Amino acid sequence: MQQSKLGLDFEKVKYAKGVSKKIAEEVQQFVDNYTTVAVERTLCRLLGVDGIDANGVPLPNVLIDELSSKGVLSQGIMFFLGNAIIETNLNPQEIAEQIALGNLDITKLTIHKKEEIDQAIKPFVNESIAKISARKAKRENYLNTIGEGAKPYLYVIVATGNIYEDVVQAEAAARQGADIIAVIRTTGQSLLDFVPYGATTEGFGGTVATQENFKIMRTALDKVGEDVGRYIRLCNYCSGLCMPEIAAMGALEGLDVMLNDALYGILFRDINMQRTIVDQYFSRVLNGFAGVIINTGEDNYLTTADAFQEAHTVLASDFINEQLAIVAGIPEEQMGLGHAFEMDPDLENGFLYELSQAQMTREIFPNAPLKYMPPTKFMTGNVFKGHVQDALFNQISIWTGQGLQLLGMLTEAIHTPFMSDRYLSIENAKYIFNNMKSIGDEMEFKEGGIIRTRAQEVVANSIELLEKIEKEGLFTALEKGIFADIKRPLNGGKGLAGVVEKGVNYSNPFVAIMNKNLK
Amino acid sequence: MSGGLYSTNAIEFDKTLDFTKVKPYGDTMNDGKVQLSFTLPVPKGEEAIEAAKQLMRKMGFENPQVVFVKELMEGFTFFNCYGNLTHSVDFKAIDVPKVASTTMDMHETDEFINERIGRKIVVIGASTGTDAHTVGIDAIMNMKGFAGHYGIERYDMFEALNMGSQVTNEDFVAKAIELNADVLLVSQTVTQKDVHVKNLIELVELIEAEGLRDKVILICGGPRISHELAKELGYDAGFGMNKYADDVASYAAQELDRRING
Repeated sequence: MQQSKLGLDFEKVKYAKGVSKKIAEEVQQFVDNYTTVAVERTLCRLLGVDGIDANGVPLPNVLIDELSSKGVLSQGIMFFLGNAIIETNLNPQEIAEQIALGNLDITKLTIHKKEEIDQAIKPFVNESIAKISARKAKRENYLNTIGEGAKPYLYVIVATGNIYEDVVQAEAAARQGADIIAVIRTTGQSLLDFVPYGATTEGFGGTVATQENFKIMRTALDKVGEDVGRYIRLCNYCSGLCMPEIAAMGALEGLDVMLNDALYGILFRDINMQRTIVDQYFSRVLNGFAGVIINTGEDNYLTTADAFQEAHTVLASDFINEQLAIVAGIPEEQMGLGHAFEMDPDLENGFLYELSQAQMTREIFPNAPLKYMPPTKFMTGNVFKGHVQDALFNQISIWTGQGLQLLGMLTEAIHTPFMSDRYLSIENAKYIFNNMKSIGDEMEFKEGGIIRTRAQEVVANSIELLEKIEKEGLFTALEKGIFADIKRPLNGGKGLAGVVEKGVNYSNPFVAIMNKNLK
Repeated sequence: MSGGLYSTNAIEFDKTLDFTKVKPYGDTMNDGKVQLSFTLPVPKGEEAIEAAKQLMRKMGFENPQVVFVKELMEGFTFFNCYGNLTHSVDFKAIDVPKVASTTMDMHETDEFINERIGRKIVVIGASTGTDAHTVGIDAIMNMKGFAGHYGIERYDMFEALNMGSQVTNEDFVAKAIELNADVLLVSQTVTQKDVHVKNLIELVELIEAEGLRDKVILICGGPRISHELAKELGYDAGFGMNKYADDVASYAAQELDRRING
């Protein structure tokens, strides 16, 4: 029996997980019946379709737009590609190129038997699985030979807009001690219904996520990792309208961490909930298989909702996200459930409440590499105070054993980090992590005190909320504005047009191979 | 290590405060003390320190002191420095355009609108363009507000719609026309490469093209926005750091009153 320092009743936690499981299963019943343009484009990418046409349109989009415009997307791209392979003797990439040139219409070919089509596509599926497995093995080999930094992993962002400049910043950060480099995406990419192509040097507030940019950064980090004798993880954003495509690109290029949360897209990007929930499932299947740690976005709720009053919504969402991850076959060790240090610094005993919640989250999800977000909302431009706020945040992290420590920057709310800002943040965290290393083992919390009471309250409130969500269903709960005080309609938001019900010929063999929970 | 940190030279300077020649203040009037930090793309060493000092002299510092040096990575050196600034400014000659309104609290503003306007003021807000940050517009508009200042949604005498983030300028203007809005609030958080300026200008142009410019009170806000910049771009007012819903609501109510009642 797990011991709680907070006097948490683990029977209640078990109950909460059971309720959340039902919520997730209901969502999954919906997901199983649908596909989206993004899921189908992902299948193209997995089968080796890459590149752009004469107008700069990515070939996966060319293929899927073709099916959409002919009204046959519901049958799925695997069906048409498999059939076209038999008829043309070309590989998927060659078929895509022929379609882009207007030389081929794969919807008008003689239809072969389902078994023949499956057989024809199989070698390409296997090749793709082999590629991803090899990438995963490469990471494991690095971890077994050069090793990695201690937890909490120091997670910093680079965001120059230029991938080559990002490489310089990332290398500096790695040499100073960073364990994870996140390349922030250019503002607005989450709303693009295609993934840009090639290396890029222009972006606003971040750098475009492209497969080539992934490759450039991964190569640079491998080199610096070998140099410093520590594997450096690479993080990007598997969210927005191209969620599963980014997951596939990440799986192929050896990314290690992906922001991956449909709820975040629904609430903060106004992406249609049906679209992104279906996209999320396949993206999580891919991330799970590729050994990628997912990060969920609960921390962001607190940038709009109050961190003290709405703490139970963060926990409830973590419960649901855990179950949605399990359904997709993600092992606990890859569930970077999110939470944050975002209470108003003027709150009396705020540090105690933050400590309580961080410890609570740790105990409820004992094997998950929790992602802990630094203060952002109450960072003011007073860099001196900001550095202290970040120090308090770092203390809680080492005290409660967080997994991924997104480092706060003293210049948060002013600009994207300078090289020196990152150095100061890493120095701050390393100082505290070393100086307070075993504090968590030494300290206990007073029975009936502020810290224990707070945690028990948050758990109780989140159970109440989960019961309500289970009764109404997740979609209805989102329509009512249950998270982050934001309401989103079932048929509103971006990307709904890209959702279709699966037809009789539909198949996606990757799910069965990759999702461990289906075996 | 302390050698050079404290200057033992007796520096003689006029210690009386003169508003026509204002200088930074460390611990003595007119000492001109400034702290600054920066990174140079050069390897650490004596030459790097000398480069930092020379740069500071060019910036107008006397007695430049490099108190901390750290090589961030090969070829990049970080400095913390102090110096005495030789420049001064004429504080008396300064004239900064300010938003002309008195800030009232929520109840006062509601009462003011009730008495002077006699109907609800329609306000729509959004973070426009590709900007995905809602933190600014939420702080001003959401019921809960920010740092103890209730948002405009909570006011009885405002009909408020927060359109959220990544709203195109076209959608924003269309909504303004549909709701016959009195006040338009635009929030811009991302400022990299001045994307906010470009976007704000586009919106003004669009509003002018629609013949709406005189019919609405156009307000922008964000951490890097000043009233002066807002006026320059063709807005009626701009609100930057440390401004809350009270400031925005008071201004909107008083400006609308000026326009209606003269």
